[in-house]
Amino acid sequence: MAGTIRPRDANELRRAVEWALNEGTTLDVRGQGSKIALGKPMDCGQVLDLSGISGIVDYAPEELVVTLRAGTPISEVEALLAQRNQMLAFEPPDLGPLLGLQAGQGTLVGAMMGNLAGPRRLSAGAARDHLLGFSGINGRGEAFKSGGRVMKNVTGYDLSKLLAGSWGTLAVLDQVSVKVLPVPDQTRTLLLLGLDDATAVRAMCAALGSPHEVSGAVHLPGRTALRIEGVAPSVEARLTALRELLADAGAGMEELGTLGSRTFWREVRDVAALKAASDTVVWKISCPPTEGPAIVARIRSQRPSVEAFYDWSGGLVWLALPQCVDADHELVRGAIGAKGGHATLIRAPEAVRAAVPVFQPQPAALAALASRVKESFDPKRLFNPGRMG
Amino acid sequence: MSKACRCLPETVPQVSAILRYCQDNKVKVVPRGAGTSLSGGSMPVGDAILLGLGKFNRVLEIDYANRSARVQPGVTNLGITKAVEHEGFYYAPDPSSQIACSIGGNVAENSGGVHCLKYGLTTNNLLGIEMVLMTGEVVRLGGKHLDSEGYDLLGVMTGSEGLLGVVTEVTVRLLRKPTTARAVLLGFPTEAAAADCVAAVIAAGIIPAGMEMMDKEAVKCAEAYVGAGYPLDAEGLLIVELDGPPVEVDHLVERVAEIARGRGATTVRVSNDEQERVLFWAGRKAAFPAVGQITPDYMCLDGSVPRGRLVEVLAEMREMSKQHRLRVVNVFHAGDGNLHPLILFDANDPDELHRAEEFGADILRLCVRVGGVLTGEHGVGIEKRDLMGVQFTEIDLDQQMRLKCAFDPDHLLNPGKVFPQLRRCAELGRVVIHHNKMPFPDIPRF
Repeated sequence: MAGTIRPRDANELRRAVEWALNEGTTLDVRGQGSKIALGKPMDCGQVLDLSGISGIVDYAPEELVVTLRAGTPISEVEALLAQRNQMLAFEPPDLGPLLGLQAGQGTLVGAMMGNLAGPRRLSAGAARDHLLGFSGINGRGEAFKSGGRVMKNVTGYDLSKLLAGSWGTLAVLDQVSVKVLPVPDQTRTLLLLGLDDATAVRAMCAALGSPHEVSGAVHLPGRTALRIEGVAPSVEARLTALRELLADAGAGMEELGTLGSRTFWREVRDVAALKAASDTVVWKISCPPTEGPAIVARIRSQRPSVEAFYDWSGGLVWLALPQCVDADHELVRGAIGAKGGHATLIRAPEAVRAAVPVFQPQPAALAALASRVKESFDPKRLFNPGRMG
Repeated sequence: MSKACRCLPETVPQVSAILRYCQDNKVKVVPRGAGTSLSGGSMPVGDAILLGLGKFNRVLEIDYANRSARVQPGVTNLGITKAVEHEGFYYAPDPSSQIACSIGGNVAENSGGVHCLKYGLTTNNLLGIEMVLMTGEVVRLGGKHLDSEGYDLLGVMTGSEGLLGVVTEVTVRLLRKPTTARAVLLGFPTEAAAADCVAAVIAAGIIPAGMEMMDKEAVKCAEAYVGAGYPLDAEGLLIVELDGPPVEVDHLVERVAEIARGRGATTVRVSNDEQERVLFWAGRKAAFPAVGQITPDYMCLDGSVPRGRLVEVLAEMREMSKQHRLRVVNVFHAGDGNLHPLILFDANDPDELHRAEEFGADILRLCVRVGGVLTGEHGVGIEKRDLMGVQFTEIDLDQQMRLKCAFDPDHLLNPGKVFPQLRRCAELGRVVIHHNKMPFPDIPRF
């Protein structure tokens, strides 16, 4: 059982990394451990617990930016922003229950490290688009920074983009500045009922290709939902226009108001539709939106019991498949086809995750480049070794 | 190589062969799109091959259902919008040079424009690229899907100023044109009131499509040049654009006008039709050449500051203007705190040129001092290379250079840009381990 080291500030963090470097000890880097069941299992010499480096450093609502320490729980950040009617526009999901862990856990930096974003990814961008700057420690035990606190934040290379989605394998952050946005006055949802997958995705793509600023488009079995946000008169006008645009789809229509919409989209964000059956493995596939239904059809032809739903207008497919030793990784990745995309194994027993590639394998030239990038930050491979394998 | 040479490849295998040749023979190479960079990003150097991408000028695929366009890097920024506007779509980032600048160059510089307040910079509108590494290897990052697999190398390539690889194909996100857009001209009796209005609009939860500011001198020049109908009595002019469905635009225009009046606006004019909206913008978009009419030369700077510090930054810039005995005209993206001060000087006078450079450096130092950064959307290039140390420590810069080494271990790509001093990759790669150090007993452990 690995021991845990829990630094209390950036300086202690730097010294902890320096110590690990000297000892040749690998580090399992954690905020609250809300995503330990995601990624390749690791066998590290030490757990580096960032929960002691916590708290809001500065919040400037009129600048649309919040600066906080790495261990700050996401719930604390969201509560603070709510006081000023602002939000994290990329809707970081709470995957705890999906992963068989507690709900309401996780740090904002953890969400950044996984580049995790919810339904508003479509219109507001991913986590990476909201990380303005950071400071942290590289694998040489050196404190460094990149980006800033302003909207046009990058001088030199945009290391924030690289760190977002690196699953803690490049550097350990101690502080980040994150862009925030106002909460829309109103949120309403148009539900289309009874569409099959292909028709639903066509309808969602038509809605996204319209000027009506749809900020969420999901197709669940039997229900297709389009979210409209903004000031009241605008929301009303755009909903009316969307109803007209989609009249041809021949679906029954219903609406959700602001409160109903908030609950509905939170459940979409947290992948609640796939939570129930814990004897399944869960995949997410990023693909061109129009390709989603064909990919699922290919998988369904081999595994008729597959459950699927489509977020991001069809561009994010969530799948639950019956458990098996290899999580059907060849079937799932083979189904993606030549139009491009990638699949990530989100939930599976540890033994399965150890046996199959959790993240999409890359072509040799790209994999070699990624490996050189890793070494440029962490030459001794101290941080989360093998997690992204 | 004793003599500079140019290559104008037409195919990806040719680009690959050129880079492999350069790698094998340790020849430097400068990639270049349309050559419109304002920071000297694609400036040729004497002992390097100039790799022009101008022949890569085709739109390859437009996919409206997936709202994406795949183009070659030499296609102009405006060329993308031109290719899709008949279907009601457009490509959002719109740098002032959009008629000439190439999308490949936009990727290299992470270009912005007047609408990035709401729609983001290049990096937020890019879905994928194909690029050639110095080894000649061709790799694809992203595609028509969202989010790259593995490390976000697409994010790193965007704004990397041609130092990491040569982009040979670009996939961008297309947006549907908003139903309506209206622009509001707001004139204020002081610059401070104008800057204050910018912060107040954002604080009210309104994110306009664009929010630009011009000082009195810029207004005067633009008005003389274009005749946009700008109020000549204003010390600070804002152009605020709202877009969306008509009811939303009307609603927000009224709210913005109210905020402006509350801050003493002496002019509030709303565009009545598309022609007038375009006219309001024409003065802003022509501001640089307009300023060029009143001075032999000008230097256009690019820095970013927190919106809340705009007032003091402008005031301090006026003081600097006195010290350096040179006039400065301000035209900028106020909504996101991106300054474009224009320093007026005469390059034939060596002393003026020297003072202009000093003045520019002082302004950029000021940006960093108030919590901003050295660049907004023009890149570091050659222009700001020697100021990198103002914003970054040596360790910060070493880390950036190590990333460069992962792509280009011999520093052959676009040499002399971004980094003030080069260190060999072998030297940067060394890991120093201090053995026999005590562990740290004071840090909590379990």
